[in-house]
Amino acid sequence: MKKLMLGNEAVARGFLEASCSVVSSYPGTPSTEITEYAAKYDEIYCEWAPNEKVACEVAFGASLGGARSACCMKHVGLNVAADPLFTMSYTGVNGGLVICVADDPGMHSSQNEQDSRHYAIASKIPMLEPSDSREAKEFAKIAFELSEQFDTPVLLRMCTRIAHSQCSVELCEPQAAVKKEYVKNPQKYIMAPANAIRRHPVVEERTAKLVSFAETTTLNRVEWAEDKKLGIITSGTCYDYVKEVMGDSVSVMKLGLVNPLPVDIIKDFASKVERVIVIEELDPVIENHCKALGIAVEGKSLLPICGEFSQKIIADALGIKGKEFAAGLDNIPVRPPVMCSGCPHRGLFYVLSKNKLTVLGDIGCYTLGSAAPLTAIDSVLCMGASVSGVHGFNKARGEESQNKTVCVIGDSTFMHSGMTGLANIAYNGTNSTVIIVDNSITGMTGHQQNPTTGYNIKGDPATKIDLEALCKALGINRVRVVDPYDLKATEAAVKEEIAVNEPSVIISRRPCALLKYVKAKPALKIDSEKCRSCKACMRIGCPAISMKDGKAVIDATQCVGCGVCEQLCAFGAIGGDM
Amino acid sequence: MKVSNIMIVGVGGQGSLLASKLLGRLLVNEGFDVKVSEVHGMSQRGGSVVTYVRYGEKVYSPIIDKGEADFIVSFEKLEAARYASYLAKDGKIIVNSQEIDPMPVITGAASYPHNALDELSAQGMDIDCIDALTPALEAGSSKAVNIVLMGRLSKSLDIPEEKWLEAIEQTVAPKFVEMNKKAFKLGRA
Repeated sequence: MKKLMLGNEAVARGFLEASCSVVSSYPGTPSTEITEYAAKYDEIYCEWAPNEKVACEVAFGASLGGARSACCMKHVGLNVAADPLFTMSYTGVNGGLVICVADDPGMHSSQNEQDSRHYAIASKIPMLEPSDSREAKEFAKIAFELSEQFDTPVLLRMCTRIAHSQCSVELCEPQAAVKKEYVKNPQKYIMAPANAIRRHPVVEERTAKLVSFAETTTLNRVEWAEDKKLGIITSGTCYDYVKEVMGDSVSVMKLGLVNPLPVDIIKDFASKVERVIVIEELDPVIENHCKALGIAVEGKSLLPICGEFSQKIIADALGIKGKEFAAGLDNIPVRPPVMCSGCPHRGLFYVLSKNKLTVLGDIGCYTLGSAAPLTAIDSVLCMGASVSGVHGFNKARGEESQNKTVCVIGDSTFMHSGMTGLANIAYNGTNSTVIIVDNSITGMTGHQQNPTTGYNIKGDPATKIDLEALCKALGINRVRVVDPYDLKATEAAVKEEIAVNEPSVIISRRPCALLKYVKAKPALKIDSEKCRSCKACMRIGCPAISMKDGKAVIDATQCVGCGVCEQLCAFGAIGGDM
Repeated sequence: MKVSNIMIVGVGGQGSLLASKLLGRLLVNEGFDVKVSEVHGMSQRGGSVVTYVRYGEKVYSPIIDKGEADFIVSFEKLEAARYASYLAKDGKIIVNSQEIDPMPVITGAASYPHNALDELSAQGMDIDCIDALTPALEAGSSKAVNIVLMGRLSKSLDIPEEKWLEAIEQTVAPKFVEMNKKAFKLGRA
């Protein structure tokens, strides 16, 4: 049976067919749907862990316990999981262990464009890279086999374009689950120096074996063309762009195993063509490998390091004339993502912006508080950095800063890596004010449950972490909750907490307006007779409000009646029954 | 056989994912090799979104580049203008006449290009501009704009109506099937 599948769905299907039975992940675009699809299979236990390090260690524990296990994350998640990753390379596995990491060339939904292949090289863990959904499923299965064959975790590298593209995939019957026995083996699994010293040479021997494997595996293949003028070495989605542009007119070496890279077959390929070009997105990893082998190749001298590729970029690099296209129009206004109408974050950011506070921000929907017209945020770095950062900022600037600086972090991000920063604020003492925007869901990645929501990945009831009690336990005495739809109360809370001489937490709490259980109120209307065109209601950046013929109007199809704009109108022009 | 290219563009939240799901299913049912490429994550929050649908005997790239789209189906006027340079020489833009102000227009930093479609027509582009919102509301929901436009697109593709309706049944949640079938028929009328 064939099915049109997203790359991410195909990976999940590969997990099922390989009888993987434990998946622990943290959501992150473009990797999120792998675990969501896996959770639909009753055969696989799936969970959202609080962060990628936890997820990776859960997968390790499950592997130790004999099950085939996996964890999935976006590229920056692998930074968080890097600690277990490097040492899991030494311990190896019991049940097969696959770490799926999704890069985001072009930064469709990310804060950087890091190339995960460097992690594979640095941690000495083999990495597979599929080029479409069909391969995503096959490679996920092969990854488990290699993991057990070579006693190593295996990285499966996805990228946005493969994760979020669909093509037909042939479904196979799942293998019968086999759980390996757990046998105590301290020399292999306790990575204290005496044991680790003995494991490192094992890792080096394994890499040598994997290089030999890379020479013969069908994961790496050459498609010879009659014409031997040009040879292209490529992998992943770039292979599809190359074939799109060149068809069967050039010889192509397609690498499915991108770490370790083969030596002999690359040398052989290069010796049989006149010119070799390496086509790879992001960093010149394959190119540098070839150059270190003394093979004359071209790559980044022709193609960009930054951004996502397309057939046109490759055609241009190869000097092939692309399709003609019309000029279109200049000066089309951009349409950046915005906070949704009724977003509970809007009221809070309006208050922060109005009071001209310095705001250290974090990763989530609320990063959009940085956009015009609110422009309320001063910095965004990585998950949890707002909480740690506000402490450092206040230490640097002293008392004059503490009364006009806050940080903003979401509920899920706080559980991911905000807690340790808050413990630091309490322990090392700044009068920092931490605002947790609790919208009762992990929003940006598309509504995943987290430890504060009271539900698990399947939507079944789970232990709900009490944020107030947690913050108090972390050493913060002043913890208060406010409704961000109530501008006056929110402003009062912010002003009081930045003024006090001790650390404080404000929980700005209201569920995401897009949650199914949140019922929209009737749309508000604007009385054009009363509207004085002052545009006070436009300062909150609500997509439902616009100016038409000099008066503010509300789009009834978008408005959810949150009432924030109503509180800003000094002329009583906005209301439910105008 | 030539690979055909359809782009679906619009504003995050307008339902482009469902439209591409429907198209993908339909084209797989017709026996084509199909690739569909979508946008998830941050851009979905009211931003400009684009979905590529490619089909033929063998499709390699999942994306459509400038000058390659046989059809651009746009759920919003300004978005049609944004991606117009992706249209192939003999391609066609099917566009909903709805205007949704992007944030720079709302804040007054930019103005909405109301005459964009006329200017593109003047460049020789084949533009079919329809009001998809009214039939969507007639079918039962403003959210059905996507399927109304699929109905309009269906007039240009050589695939029988019943195949489209079958694909709707296979892709839409059961309780919305009738509403979407009605929206499709109104778009195709």
